Parts: sequence; C-alpha cells; structure tokens
Amino acid sequence: MNEIRVTSADKFDIRDWLRTELMPHFMCPGCGHGIALRALLWACHELGIDKDKLAIVSGIGCSGRTGAYIDANTFHTTHGRPLAFATGLKLARPDLTVIVITGDGDSLAIGGNHLIHACRRNLDITCMMLNNEVYGMTGGQVSPTTSAQRYTTTTPAGNMEPVFDACRLAEGAGASFVGREATLQIPTLKDLLKEAIAHEGFSFVEVISDCTEIFGRKNALGSSPEMVLKQKKVMIPERSDNRIAQPFRPNPFPTGVFVRQERPEYGAAYRQMCERVQKGGKGR
Amino acid sequence: MNAHAGKNAPVLRNIQGNAACALGAIAAGCRFYAGYPITPSSEIAEKMAAELPKVGGTFIQMEDEIGSMAATIGASLGGVKAMTATSGPGFSLKQENLGYAAITETPCVIVNVMRGGPSTGMPTRPAQGDIMQARWGTHGDHPVIVLAPHTVREIYEETIRAFNLAEALRVPVVVLFDEIIGHLVETVELAQPAPEELTERKWATGPREEYLPYAAEEDMIPAMARPGDGYRAHTTGLTHDERGFPTQDPQKVTAFMDRLLGKLERHHDLIERNELVDTDDADVLILAIGTPARAAKSAIRELRAEGVKAGLFRPVTLWPFPAEAFRAVATGKKAVIVPEMNMGQLVLEAEQLAPEGVAIRGLNRYDGEAITPAMIVKAVKENVA
Repeated sequence: MNEIRVTSADKFDIRDWLRTELMPHFMCPGCGHGIALRALLWACHELGIDKDKLAIVSGIGCSGRTGAYIDANTFHTTHGRPLAFATGLKLARPDLTVIVITGDGDSLAIGGNHLIHACRRNLDITCMMLNNEVYGMTGGQVSPTTSAQRYTTTTPAGNMEPVFDACRLAEGAGASFVGREATLQIPTLKDLLKEAIAHEGFSFVEVISDCTEIFGRKNALGSSPEMVLKQKKVMIPERSDNRIAQPFRPNPFPTGVFVRQERPEYGAAYRQMCERVQKGGKGR
Repeated sequence: MNAHAGKNAPVLRNIQGNAACALGAIAAGCRFYAGYPITPSSEIAEKMAAELPKVGGTFIQMEDEIGSMAATIGASLGGVKAMTATSGPGFSLKQENLGYAAITETPCVIVNVMRGGPSTGMPTRPAQGDIMQARWGTHGDHPVIVLAPHTVREIYEETIRAFNLAEALRVPVVVLFDEIIGHLVETVELAQPAPEELTERKWATGPREEYLPYAAEEDMIPAMARPGDGYRAHTTGLTHDERGFPTQDPQKVTAFMDRLLGKLERHHDLIERNELVDTDDADVLILAIGTPARAAKSAIRELRAEGVKAGLFRPVTLWPFPAEAFRAVATGKKAVIVPEMNMGQLVLEAEQLAPEGVAIRGLNRYDGEAITPAMIVKAVKENVA
C-alpha cells in the first residue's frame, strides 16, 4: 500500500511530539540533526501516527541520542545494533510503527551487517540515517562517509579512504524504498520521510545533515548558516532525479526517491506461513 | 500417549537435550527466538524454527550472533517472551547486548551449549570453559542468573525456570550445559506446566503521570511499560534514573546500581537451587555441574559400595553461586574435589569459600573428552585418607 492518509488537519506543533522536560537538548548549535528530527515528527503528525503505537529505536552517537526527545516508545540501544533490535521488536509487535534513527558510523561501519540484511529481509521498518560525515559524539573521527581529503581527528593528513554511497548500498542490498534529502529542504525531507514510513516494507532514508562544530570547524566550512546557504545555491529542488552538489563533498549528490518497489513484506509473509502450518500444512 | 491421560499429563519420549531445551522454552511461553547457526547448539534453533509457527510464535535466523541477541531483546521489549541459543564463540559476541538486557532489565533467556575453547576451539567436543564467562562475560558490574542442568529432563525444567526467573526479576538468564548433555538422548517425561506455574512479568498499570519506569518498588523490581499501553517510556543502555533517562548524578547512579545488583540478593530464595547427594555422612565432597556431576553420581555409588563415603554438591543455579549452602555442606569434610572440563574455574569459587581445614582439589580435563567416574573415584580415594 502506497497511499498517504492525512488524518489530522491540525497544524503541526513539534512540542506535541517532544519530551519537553528534557530540554535543552544536547545537540551543538548548528547541528542538522534537530532539523531531521523536526521533519520526522512532522511526517508522523501528517500520517496521523498514534504516539502510543510509535516505537523509535536508535543506536549510539549523536543520531542515537536524538530519539530520547521523542514522546513515544523510545529505545536507545547499542552501537550499530538498532536495526537488529528493531527487527525483533517489529516481528514481535507488528502493530507498532517502528522507526530506526541511526548515523553514518552506526549503520555503515559497526552496524553495516545489520543494515544490509534489514534491506534484504524487507520487514516493515523505516530507517532514517543521519549522515554528518563524522563521529561527532566521540570527538570527530573519520567515518565511512567522510569525504576525500577532509580533516578529522583520526585523519590528520586528510581522509584517504573512499566513501560509502549509503543509498546505493541499500538499493544493492534490496531495500524496497530508498531516498535521500538534505536538512535544508525541511518540507521536502518531511514528504520523503512520510512516503518512507507509509511504504510497506523496509525503507531507507539518508538525511544529509551537517556537523558544524566538530567537522565543519576542522575543515573551515564556515558556520552552519554558511554551510546550509552553500547547499541552497547548488540544490536543484526536483524530486526523484534531482542532484545536489554538496559544498563539502567532492561530488554532487543526487537526492529524492531512488527505489520504490512493491515486494512481500517479511513479517506478513511469515505470519501467513504460520497460518498455513497451523491449518496442518507444511507452511510452503 | 495414554488416550485417557489428561491434557497436562506427562508424555514419555526419547529426546535430545537441545530439543528438550526448545520444548521447555515453548512450554514456558516463549514466542520469539532469534539465533545464528553454531555447533553444538544448532538443534535448538532448528526445533524452534519448526515449533514456533505452530503456536503463533516467531523464529528468525539473524545475520549474526550479535543481531540475534539484539532481536531477542527487541522482542522482549515488545512484550513477548524471547530466547536465543549459542555456543562459546557466539556467546562471546552476545556479551555486548547481554549487558544491555541487564542494565535495561529486559527479561530474556540465553542458552550456551559449551564446546571446547578458546576461539573456535573444538566445535564438536564438550567442555565447561564458559563457567566464568557466563558470570563475568559482559563489561561492568551486572546481574545475571546462570542455570546449569545436567540431564535432558532437567534441561526442559530449567529452561522453563529460566523464563520464570527472567520474567519475575527482569534479568537475563543463561542456561548453561555442555555438548554431551545437549546431544544426549534420554527417555523423559515432559510435563506441560500449569498456567500458575508460569511467571508473567509485572506490567505497568495505573495513570501515566504517576509512572516511573525504573522506580524501586518494595520488591526492587520495577513494573515494565509495554509499548502500546500508553506509557511511552524510554529505554536506554546508559545508566538511568527512575524516569529512565540518562544520569551521572553519583547518588542516583549508586542507588540504581545497588538495586540492579541487589534485586538478585533480595530474591535469593527464588533463585537458588542445589542438589545434595549423600552429603551428610560424606568424608569427601564433590562439587560439580553438568557431565562431571553425572560422573560424580556414578562414582559415589561405586565408592560407597567399597565403603568410601563421598557426596555431591551440585548447584543447579550456578550463578549467583550458593555460597552459604556450599560452605555449610563443605564444613567438616576432609576435602572437596572439583571435577570440571576446563583448566580450573569452578574450583576458584570453592577455594574462595573453603571452610577452615578443608582441602580443595581440582580435577581437570580439557582434551575434549568427558570426566569419567573412574577419574573421580581415583581422586576421592587419594583424598580420603
């Protein structure tokens, strides 16, 4: 099912979705993660998702800590493992809307194995990966998405390793919905996340975030507004096949929806097999 | 099966230890299993894959051992009784998330069918090299309960008890046995426990405004919030306060850790289970679990026929170790023999707890073979004089 149902005409107020008692939040000034969080909650609001039935599963790092601010069932798990936790949770509780918030290090380095198998399995989980090119929480070490030549605390002479293209990885691993947006275009990002959440099957959304304090500063990329304004200059606001030249990346990055595929959702298929077994069949 | 037997009447069958483990889990209400293939525990996964769909449960073979531990905890956080099984190398990989289960107080059962180690070691040979890892495997001070069955029937019963303890105390419970017992086929009765013999975890009830996810109740076990029930709680592997949110406040951290570890001490009577064989008049005591405990029972019969008084102290709940009970039984004995299929782990506990004047003697075998009754007979005779 691909339709998007708007069940609430109410204006979106992020405070309805936040644990305001935890404010002020821990994120650095200029960090893009808060914008991604806003877009995600806006998407949830427009989809009419019941907070009681919403499960947010996150890993470790700056991305992992963002989940705690959401007024829902939130699970802050171990480094790289949120998709594996979410797999158990979704199979046990198919009635829940399960959204994973992860980062580039969390999902592409330490959690790479869980990511590719989640893509392959096609369980109805939405994975929002916040890509800020760096391990921010631990002080700015190189990540699998750090652009070439960029300085980090563990690449003092500039990064020499090639980067992962997370969306192509997800597509190759079989994700049935894959998309990418930058934090600059909040309504566009919201729409992408809405579509990802509504998609029945595994959805992977890469959000190009920005780490101003730790990564931007070390690479003289300017303040957060400067980084974002540079983004704006080169962005082509089209869906599906548009391209955005990241000011802090050597190559332009396409954004939009790359994969939109209907194939059997694993949990539903498994439960159908169980029904056949219970009726005395072999489950085949 | 007797056609006149009642619904819950025991069924006699020839069954392997690993299969009994799977059936015990299902009898206990386990409805989720995540695993990864590993010798010599794979039969547990295979049995669960076949049986869970029949009862509306879910089996999943995950991409790795770490993921299967994570998925097990994830399912339990969703409110479903969940289990995973593995052997040494996989048990090492599961330690990370086992710690997460401990700090978030998520009930779950982890089975470790022990094989030779370290590393890949001897995948098809029995060993007991994970006795200490089962207690201390994950980092940081943490609560864990370890049950050590020594027969096929006991695997079934202790797996059920593992779920009951996990649910009652919100703690990960390890069921630990060696390859011999896992692959042993015995004729056993597997009784379906009555509903009142099964423990369900304490769920949060009452108004959300008054709910504190990690508030210490009188029994030191907080009520758990089930997703969907409206509590919208936060669960984190970070050290947390009563609200469930991260804290580094020294007073709150101390209170949390005291309760996390203290709850096992508080419920000591529920957890502890020992078997004592001919201990009262014994001159020499044997301390053993698993296959060496079986050998010890044969050895005791043989020795007593010759007039040598030996007895066995067998902790069914291995961890927390039954210190007081062991000391009481060991007091006054000439020696305690500790046969184990490793280079000396359980013996450390005996040495630490040894009553005055009681000699502690390790008896070790680490060549992938079982400790035999003859080895124990010899050791007892050497120490009885």
